[in-house]
Amino acid sequence: MGQFEPKIVGFLCNWCSYAGADLAGTSRMQYPPNIRPIRVMCSGSVDSAYILRALLAGADGVLVGGCHPGDCHYVSGNYKARRRITILKEIMKALGLEDERVRIRWISASEGKRYADTVSRMTSDMRELGPNPVARLWWT
Amino acid sequence: MAKKVGAVMVIGGGIGGIQASLDLADSGFKVYLVDRKPDIGGAMSQLDKTFPTHDCRLCILSPKLKGCLRFGLGQYSNIELLSYADIEKVEGKAGDFKVTVKKLPRYVITEKCTGCGECLKVCPVEVPSEFEQGLVKRKAIYRPNPQILSFVIDKSICPSDCRECSKVCKPNAIVHEMQEEKVEVNVGAIILSSGFDTLNPHLKKEYGWGIFPNVITGLQFERVMSGTGPYQGQMLRPSDKKPARKIAWIQCVGSRDLKLDGRSYCSSVCCMHATKEAIIAKEGTSGSNITCHIYFMDMRCFGKDFDRYYERARKKCGVEYRRSRVAAVKEDPQTSNLRIRYESEEGELKEEEYDLVVLSLALDPPSGTQEVVQKLGIELNDYGFARADLFSPVQTSKKGIYVCGAVSGPKDIPETVVQASGAAAMASSLLSEVRGKLTEKKHYPPEVDVSDEEPRIGVFVCRCGMNIGGTVDVPRVVELAGSLPAVVYVEENLQTCSQGTQEKMKEAIRKHQLNRVVVACGTVRTHEPLFQETVREAGLNPHLLEIANIREECSWVHMREPERATQKAQELVRMAVAKAALIQPLFAMHSSVIQRALIIGGGLAGMVSALSVADQGFEVHVVEREKNLGGNLKNMHYTLEGKDISNFRDSLTTQVQKHPRIRVYKGAEIQNVGGYVGSYTTTMSQADDGSSPRAVSLEHGVIILATGAQEMKPQEYLYGEDERILTQLELEDMLTQPGAGIKKTKTVVMIQCVGSRDKDRPYCSRVCCSDAVKNALKIRELNSGANIFILYRDMTTYGFKESFYQEARSKGIVFVRYDEYKKPEVKLKDGVLQVEVTDPIIQRPLLFSVDLLVLSCAIVPPKDSPRLAEILKVPVNEDGFFLEAHVKLRPVDFSRRGIFLAGMAHGPKLIDETVAQAQAAAEKACTILSQPEIESETIIVQTNERQCRGCGICASVCPYEAIEIDEETKKARVIEILCQGCGSCSVACPSGALQQAGFTRKELLFMVDAAV
Ligand code: FES
Repeated sequence: MGQFEPKIVGFLCNWCSYAGADLAGTSRMQYPPNIRPIRVMCSGSVDSAYILRALLAGADGVLVGGCHPGDCHYVSGNYKARRRITILKEIMKALGLEDERVRIRWISASEGKRYADTVSRMTSDMRELGPNPVARLWWT
Repeated sequence: MAKKVGAVMVIGGGIGGIQASLDLADSGFKVYLVDRKPDIGGAMSQLDKTFPTHDCRLCILSPKLKGCLRFGLGQYSNIELLSYADIEKVEGKAGDFKVTVKKLPRYVITEKCTGCGECLKVCPVEVPSEFEQGLVKRKAIYRPNPQILSFVIDKSICPSDCRECSKVCKPNAIVHEMQEEKVEVNVGAIILSSGFDTLNPHLKKEYGWGIFPNVITGLQFERVMSGTGPYQGQMLRPSDKKPARKIAWIQCVGSRDLKLDGRSYCSSVCCMHATKEAIIAKEGTSGSNITCHIYFMDMRCFGKDFDRYYERARKKCGVEYRRSRVAAVKEDPQTSNLRIRYESEEGELKEEEYDLVVLSLALDPPSGTQEVVQKLGIELNDYGFARADLFSPVQTSKKGIYVCGAVSGPKDIPETVVQASGAAAMASSLLSEVRGKLTEKKHYPPEVDVSDEEPRIGVFVCRCGMNIGGTVDVPRVVELAGSLPAVVYVEENLQTCSQGTQEKMKEAIRKHQLNRVVVACGTVRTHEPLFQETVREAGLNPHLLEIANIREECSWVHMREPERATQKAQELVRMAVAKAALIQPLFAMHSSVIQRALIIGGGLAGMVSALSVADQGFEVHVVEREKNLGGNLKNMHYTLEGKDISNFRDSLTTQVQKHPRIRVYKGAEIQNVGGYVGSYTTTMSQADDGSSPRAVSLEHGVIILATGAQEMKPQEYLYGEDERILTQLELEDMLTQPGAGIKKTKTVVMIQCVGSRDKDRPYCSRVCCSDAVKNALKIRELNSGANIFILYRDMTTYGFKESFYQEARSKGIVFVRYDEYKKPEVKLKDGVLQVEVTDPIIQRPLLFSVDLLVLSCAIVPPKDSPRLAEILKVPVNEDGFFLEAHVKLRPVDFSRRGIFLAGMAHGPKLIDETVAQAQAAAEKACTILSQPEIESETIIVQTNERQCRGCGICASVCPYEAIEIDEETKKARVIEILCQGCGSCSVACPSGALQQAGFTRKELLFMVDAAV
């Protein structure tokens, strides 16, 4: 086996980040294949339970992608998501989990590059961080 | 009665044309959307972000585009797109035109082209790319816009003996022999929306565009900034691709320019456009060490929130504005840096060096306007734009032909969108009897109920030519799919999108009794509508489809790692299958519509929208607070252009009062509004002619809010203490009184921005500069000897109004600028009225003794706006004006469905602008009124009553007021018709009673499990 390849689950909002990922595709921007994107209607519809489930099931990182502040298709979903994740990070810290494993990023439909960069960056960070300890805990 | 055709042709596929098409299709008309370019989207698709909110143009444009593209479903099948086509001939008259359209050959069969790009590798010729504004090259075979998959061939440069591209094209999509095609269409009305071009920068030789590589145009700079542009969004300059650290913008290049023929008008959008570019440059990653200077004459921030934006640029972002006309740009041949020579406001000659110079080019009528206009038989104005009527701004000189957007004069996006809906309203009124006659509803086989069946999933994996198959080992994906639970059928296709494969797919669904379908192919955004259609045609609910995007999110982005890409594709399919096993059919809810409108406000906006709705065949109730209709028009007499307002007002009021479908309630005040879109009940108290108020209750389907705004009574400059001090409206009244004292007046001073653009009201009131010029010219007409001074901060006579500013100056009216920190002072000394102001040019105070002091006062929202906002549950902005759903693209809508906004209630506006907006609001209202029933979204939230504890958290997080807590049962109730399906409430609900259809908790958790 070569280097550790982290698994990242991505929740991408339909209107901006998912479209940004598309643009990365049509522009053939290359990034590591570690992300497993899941389309949601809005970053505000991502329940913390999904994120926790991903971490417990063995994901090494979770990315939530939403529209830029002020651009949410549903007015304010992204603000709600941001608040929720801030709290979630606190809980993660309390549990002894590295809170960098969960990230929320604003990626618009025209920011294919930003999407590709975000995924590359997150992949290398997670590689450095090593496997998600909670997942290992649950395996043994 | 003359024959009428229920179809409309829209010429121009920019944002205006798209909006008009969508509105017309929504309200029951067949639309032919014609564009000369091979793609639609217009200038907006080249912009990076839009001002003043910095919305990404793509996020806001693409949902609209999707409605128009050929994959469009259901109602949008009523828009037929004729892109890459020219108008050849127009015959007939209003109600019944015959238009011949020439479709140019693309030489590539769009349906076959997979966008693989093999052809690009072999094409030998290159020219500057139009889309990238010449910053990079494109081949003879090219993609007109990066968002569009399929190619076209530019025959003008394609060598006739080459044909290399045909050899490498796997799907055989290239047909070099393709011929142009003529189509004849029959329409009842035509809307011209062909947008604008920018000035040919070669005309301003002194700025060196085309000679010095680092002098670029504003649109080129858009491409420089754009993440999808040639420099991937880095601020580089063309000559050496080094970062640009110091950038200058030169404003009014070819605008307000008397030296160039016919270019005396102001292009209206460039002040904000340059401001936006500078802010984005400063806010970018290397922004802190970028210096931005903007050379300008007047900052014209007349739109909603523009002045705040300008303040943000100056005070927060550190963009420096220099009031000066630049004489020339020179290049240092060694460094390719540019030297700008300019005169400072104090009259000193200065020079400064920059890395990059951006020219804010004037907006021109689009090329080819002359010919189109000739074919249509409509008139141009003095500047070569399509002539529009001042009191009916989307009406051209010919009946049945309407105009919207920049082709009738420079305009920004919201104004274009407003006019587009306004033009759609005019066309709809003209053709109201034949509404729905030519639109088709597609017929589908009955839907099989599969909700109780065990899932039988069919998986279709697409190779997409080489696009997926070239990287991903498709057979292995197919193999894995076959091993997954509930999967009963798997198929591999070369090209799933093709007509043939879709027929096969339908057959497979029937033969294997599939009840859930997974397609592994390209992105949801383009493929979902297409395959939903297929699935529906096979007799399944369209939502029993799940897409695994193994192209944009896999094969195209992991081209160098085929093994891992294959594994990822397998997992994406596994995830999609996991969700597919759980998905259920979804249906839109229907709710009936009371086909009647309520209009709040009987001023200009209210009256125009009432007439427009009534002319489209619907009943209207108009509620006016005052005893008479007319609003501000009652105090206005003439326009800047010299048109008589009183006649216009009188004819409007009579039309409204006499209209058989309009009922007017005067002296009435709204008390309560209940219900939701389609069925509202409004109660008001009405006290006609002094009688004691009585309660009236009305039922209606939509609301147009047109409560207006008014001239503020000033608190400063001694107003009210001396009768020689008037507001502009008071002056206008005085000037029209017989025997007006103005004949003897010696010195008149006007002060601009009284109460506007200051701390309390940080917005520009838009109308006051035009009003001041208008009244000053009137005074000059009545009294040629008077000394007239206008003290201003920035003369905001935008668009064609600029010519009146020039006229005023040529007639000896003196304009003196004052600084925002050194406001003029008004003193009353022994009965002498004095005004003192410091002229920034000569840096000395000037003192006037005046006979008449006129204050150009701010426009302020009416006092009871907050009360009304609360009743209607709609927002107001910080300035007290009502806040629309989206500044750029939904300028007359509220986020709350069924309520629309028109006129000065939205923000200060001139007459023509108000009329357009009132018509736009009417059109939006009619898109709802024209249907007996309206449909909800399909992805909405569903409640489980048993789990609901009635805590009400869901209702408080819902941005659409779509959840109510039932008074009796104390349970949450979703008003389906209002729910937009964002899912916020389902996450907020502490007891798990709410679920987002199509994205339920179980579905998502299973997907998560399958992913890791
Ligand atoms: S829609 Fe993108 S974050 Fe809400």
